[in-house]
Amino acid sequence: MRGLLALAWLAFAGMTVLPAAAQQQRPESCAACHLETGDERLANPVKQFGEDIHSAKGFGCVACHGGDGREAGMEAMDPAKGYIGKPERQQVVQVCGRCHSDARFMKQYNPALRVDQVTEYATSVHGRRLREFGDPKVATCVNCHPAHSIKPPSDPRSSVHPLKVAETCGRCHGDPKYMEVYKIPTDQLAKYRQSVHWRLMSVKGDLSAPTCNDCHGNHGAAPPGISWVGNVCGQCHTVQAEFFGKSPHAKVFAQMGVPGCATCHSNHDIQEATDAMLVLADQAVCAGCHAAADKGGKAAADMRALIDSLGGEYDKARAILLQAERAGMEVSQAQFDLNAAKDALVKARAAIHAFRVEAVKKEGEPGLEISAKAYARGVRALDELQFRRKGLAVSLVIILAVIAGIVVKIRQLDRRS
Amino acid sequence: MAGSAKPHGRLWTWLDERVGLAELEKVVKKKEVPVHRHTVWYYLGGMTLFLFMVQVATGILLLFYYRPSAEEAYESVQFLMAEVEFGWLIRSIHSWAANLMIFTLFIHLFSVLLLKAYRRPREVTWLSGIGLMGLAMGFGFTGYLLPWNELAYFATKVGTEITGVVPVIGPFLGRLLRGGDEVTGATLTRFYGIHVAVLPALTTLLLGLHLFLVQKHGMSVPPGAERAGGGRRTMPFFPNFLLRDLVGWLSALAMLAALAAYFPTELGQKADPFASAPVGIKPEWYFMFMFKTLKYLPSYILGIEGEIVGVVGFGVGGLFLLLIPFLDRRTARGEPSPLFTWIGIAIILYMVALTYLGYTEVATQ
Repeated sequence: MRGLLALAWLAFAGMTVLPAAAQQQRPESCAACHLETGDERLANPVKQFGEDIHSAKGFGCVACHGGDGREAGMEAMDPAKGYIGKPERQQVVQVCGRCHSDARFMKQYNPALRVDQVTEYATSVHGRRLREFGDPKVATCVNCHPAHSIKPPSDPRSSVHPLKVAETCGRCHGDPKYMEVYKIPTDQLAKYRQSVHWRLMSVKGDLSAPTCNDCHGNHGAAPPGISWVGNVCGQCHTVQAEFFGKSPHAKVFAQMGVPGCATCHSNHDIQEATDAMLVLADQAVCAGCHAAADKGGKAAADMRALIDSLGGEYDKARAILLQAERAGMEVSQAQFDLNAAKDALVKARAAIHAFRVEAVKKEGEPGLEISAKAYARGVRALDELQFRRKGLAVSLVIILAVIAGIVVKIRQLDRRS
Repeated sequence: MAGSAKPHGRLWTWLDERVGLAELEKVVKKKEVPVHRHTVWYYLGGMTLFLFMVQVATGILLLFYYRPSAEEAYESVQFLMAEVEFGWLIRSIHSWAANLMIFTLFIHLFSVLLLKAYRRPREVTWLSGIGLMGLAMGFGFTGYLLPWNELAYFATKVGTEITGVVPVIGPFLGRLLRGGDEVTGATLTRFYGIHVAVLPALTTLLLGLHLFLVQKHGMSVPPGAERAGGGRRTMPFFPNFLLRDLVGWLSALAMLAALAAYFPTELGQKADPFASAPVGIKPEWYFMFMFKTLKYLPSYILGIEGEIVGVVGFGVGGLFLLLIPFLDRRTARGEPSPLFTWIGIAIILYMVALTYLGYTEVATQ
């Protein structure tokens, strides 16, 4: 994701034919004429360009459009002086690539930026269709990075800011009319906005949550192949991907021609995984292929029982420690230790992707042991609380008895005197 | 001496010959306590002394487990409370007894103030008492930080910042207390040293002087009671008064046990110097009236920073309190002195009102 975002502003940062010359040509006459014409079509690019990252870095119009900005009239737009006007769709990638594919040049502005956007683009569905069919509808640089108002991806106003990427892709991919000729679904954006990934990003503000380009690539955008969906998801969900890679399902799914992760979790509208998925009831994911009596069905039931047991024991231990804490007992060490049981629960849930009961057992059993110990410490703390209260009652009785004895003695002394 | 020691047995005789027990017995038996309608206030001093002894005993026990460093202090207290048999009880009693001790100390001080017990020849007793109050508050301030938890850390930060406001010597004093520019592990070690060595040593000296003077001059009969002809009736200190004292001490012990069992002192979160300060940090209750006063003061008073005016004001107030025996000339002459009675009442009302506001007003950042 970050790679794409970082590249985004670079995609058009190369609006120069000869960068050194471009900087020498300032001030340019282009803006003056374009603003004076009164034609908004001509004036808008100039107005927008003021906030463009390239403008901020010192580039002008001729960097992309060519010509000679020092000339005051139409001579500035002399093709003999390299003027190309508005680049044709097929030209756009080359224009941008002049700078953005030049590592030596780009280092002057941002040494950390990649310079393979054009190469990547050539491998994308967009790039291939443009190259092979001259498809006028596919995206080029300017469709995602609007010319004249390109902003760095870290800028929330940027079209490639993490929160805007889905909307940017969805402008084409969510438009049924525009996408009609390609005969591919157009509900990705709507589905994505129902997903846990979008909720993480938009509600919890976690900008590292995945959006379109994290699974499809950015400049090399393409749908993940069935056999490598797992690799895509595995970029973040590494543990689950590793378990799945070694599981019996990996081979079977490949034979069936169905994707690894997406078969159970779907793709664009991925929901938060819950233990309820691991059952054989109607609508549950396992029930799609397994019956209760078969080997897989039994394994699912056993894994679920293990997870439920660990979850239950963890909750029980947590509740009793909380009760003890609220009663004023010092149980913070036990509460800290119990975190390991929570970790075990997370690991056991990940181990479900191995689809073997032993794998879940291996991760979950230490958690059961830790939960049992924490629960015992909670019980001990509550027993201790009772002991304290009883001890207090006994102490008070003794103290009050001594006080009463002293009071009697004082009265005797007072009577004598 | 041997003749008077005979009825007590051989051990008594043995000790008497070596340390002079009979003389001590004579002194104790000779000591009388005046009886009048204000006699009840005499018990507060003894009660404070008893609570101080509880502090010493529990403090020594805490020393066996406490480790005074930023890395280990919190964990050592946590271990003490969770794993050590009766560790929770010792810490809770130490904490509650500290609060009760300061409470009884305040009542003792104000009863002495309102009953004019500071008058000649007890001026030095008063001075040593005020000194002991300062030391007790020092114990509270330094002890509060020792568990190295979040609240203590930030309260100490605020407290030492206020010290830094004192004109001229403030910044030096602040650095001296903190052991640097910030509250760090160095502050903790320093506070620990002050809490377990410096203050106990000073307290031993001053308390010794205070008790000696109380013994030397006996209990003061309030001027009002003297004028009304009261205070001629007496009771023997031993055993009559001491047994009554014992009833108060045992009641305090019962109260401590109940508080420790039902409201054990919490430990909270470990101090994190990089975390932001929690909302509504409050000092210990006995500093609250000063803390609240500083909060209420405007930023500038007559072109001087409000905080400086406040801190200097409290300094002057403390000095006034200390010098009361020398300022109250009417009492010294044996005449009624309503002005100083009202000053005493005004101080009490001010402290109670500001403390109440400190605990009831909505916390702000």
